[in-house]
Amino acid sequence: MSLIEVLDLKKQFGVEEPITKVLHGLSFKIEKGELVAIMGPSGSGKSTLMHILGFLDRPTTGQFKFNGEDVSKYDDNKLARYRNEKVGFVFQAFHLLPKTSVLENVKLPLVYSNIPEKEKIKKAEKAVKAVHLEHRMHYLSNKLSGGEKQRVAIARALVNNPDIIFADEPTGNLDSKTGAQIMGIIEALNNEGKTIIIVTHEEDTAKHAKRIINLKDGLIISDDVVKDRRYAKDGLYK
Amino acid sequence: MTITHAFKYAFNNLRTNKTRTFLTLLGMVIGISSVIIIMALGAGAQSLILNQIADVGSNLVGIMPGGSEEEGPPASVMGITITTLKYEDIMDLTIQGNVSHLEAVTAYVRGTANVSWKNRSIDADFTGTTSSYIDVESTDVEDGRFILPEEERTTARVAVLGSQVANDLFVNENPIGETIKIKRESFKVVGVMEERGVVGFENQDTQIFIPIVAVQKLLLGINHVSMARARIDSEENVDQAVEEIKMTLREAHNIDDPKQDDFTVRSANQALEILGTVTSALNYFLAAIAAISLIVGGVGIMNIMLVAVNERIKEIGLRKAVGAKKSNILTQFLVETVVIALSGGIVGIIIGGVVSALIALVINLLGYEWALIVSPGSIFLACSVSVMVGLVFGLYPSQRASKLDPIEALHYE
Ligand SMILES: Nc1ncnc2c1ncn2[C@@H]1O[C@H](COP(=O)(O)OP(=O)(O)O)[C@@H](O)[C@H]1O
Ligand SMILES: [Mg+2]
Repeated sequence: MSLIEVLDLKKQFGVEEPITKVLHGLSFKIEKGELVAIMGPSGSGKSTLMHILGFLDRPTTGQFKFNGEDVSKYDDNKLARYRNEKVGFVFQAFHLLPKTSVLENVKLPLVYSNIPEKEKIKKAEKAVKAVHLEHRMHYLSNKLSGGEKQRVAIARALVNNPDIIFADEPTGNLDSKTGAQIMGIIEALNNEGKTIIIVTHEEDTAKHAKRIINLKDGLIISDDVVKDRRYAKDGLYK
Repeated sequence: MTITHAFKYAFNNLRTNKTRTFLTLLGMVIGISSVIIIMALGAGAQSLILNQIADVGSNLVGIMPGGSEEEGPPASVMGITITTLKYEDIMDLTIQGNVSHLEAVTAYVRGTANVSWKNRSIDADFTGTTSSYIDVESTDVEDGRFILPEEERTTARVAVLGSQVANDLFVNENPIGETIKIKRESFKVVGVMEERGVVGFENQDTQIFIPIVAVQKLLLGINHVSMARARIDSEENVDQAVEEIKMTLREAHNIDDPKQDDFTVRSANQALEILGTVTSALNYFLAAIAAISLIVGGVGIMNIMLVAVNERIKEIGLRKAVGAKKSNILTQFLVETVVIALSGGIVGIIIGGVVSALIALVINLLGYEWALIVSPGSIFLACSVSVMVGLVFGLYPSQRASKLDPIEALHYE
């Protein structure tokens, strides 16, 4: 059973004119442990696809199975629970709570889950350590550098031990050296078995993945294994 | 979501926006302190009135000259001189068979004058009254004797001093047997009253008691009385006595139609009720102020919460992205509004309590027994009202926050 199975997935915005058709029937599978890049030019529908796969939105038609279960018709509360338990997000703009400590930021997803406070703190500390920020544990998020902020965001995506992590242009707001560090963390997490989907319009970033799904105008134009894969440790980034 | 997180987060937000928080709280503070002051004033006034009534006695009946509306105060209380009540009318009431259950009745005329003894002089109130005064008011002399029945009908030049008058005028000397001068008329001091303090809203210790006819003829040049008071044997007979007093007076004044009454008869309880309507009118006024400031405070809070929601659209998007449900967001913003409203409420309770204490202090300094009552009930009411204001005025902003679309919110610029 695949982690994600999408069949003839279509998405349009608006129910009456003007209707914007964005995804025109996508089909693919993603297995556990994969590191996939969804690539394509701006406006090709990458973010829209990621929102659907990340339970932030629903497909207009078509099937979306997660762990074998069709989730395309789930209501808002069920989707919220799935977002809380099954996925983690890393955004281009970090999206940290300002004037709030690193630990509290990382803990945020656990605020919405029913586990004891002590355990929440323990899990959050573990996630902070996983991105090597234990020395910043009680810093306020607005006092961090860009690279540190993105590491906090990765820790937050990790904290609930999700089945899959989505990273939407994770290096978009970072310089190339810091970006390489972030890609290194993503590679390492994947090596430990985490399923990760990177959304990017840059081929250089996409090539860190093991597989690239290429989108154009809402259609998959290619879906291949990366032969000349790049690694963060090569320092070739950008 | 844990409520504790919502609380912690709310406090954090209030702390980081101190000026805004303070301005937002102002309306609540004014509203809630008014609530506390209203309730303290109400309870204090009631304690004052009840103390006064308890001192005077609930089986007393007041008789005043001039008619009155059913519920309103008689005109004579408003400072208008009415001459329709006479000493003879009061004597009529004591005639066997006229008023059953009557224990004693007395009449009063009052004035203020300079009183002197030897080379010392003070300003004092004098009261012309009858020998039964001590029975009606249930008081007695400390020294000497009170006015005798045979003195009240004549212009007997005798005087009984209130304890403070005796003190002020005679200091350490014995006043009994001495002659004092009031308006150039001489009176012989025959007694000194026991200390009574303020009773019926008047300090009894600063009075000089003189036979009523002597005051009318020698000091005031009048032949009416300003009021009379009757003591009934027990409270349950008061209503009957009031009716019988009215009948007797109507007969004496040749009145057939009760609407033409030129006198007013009221029991202590009726007087209390009328006083109650006056204080409750005041309370309505204060309650209106409280309500208006609470609404203004609530609207202020709502306004600030709408701003807060707008400022935190991205945060709301993020929270939704990591799993917050609509209800979680709703709760979070409601908790925040309630925390603001309740903080304002608590500050208001403290300020209201201090103001009530100051009022009580001033009134006590004026010689009245005014209890400072900031009851647990009023604190509870103030807290509940604050929470209610927070919930009511927080609902709209919180709902707006909870309905935001997570994707749009995340990418909001
Ligand atoms: N909520 C929406 N309503 C209407 N059109 C939308 C909405 N979201 C995205 N689109 C459109 O869908 C297309 C794809 O957008 P997006 O998925 O963000 O592309 P990408 O992430 O590849 O740049 C764009 O043309 C965009 O304008
Ligand atoms: Mg995009």
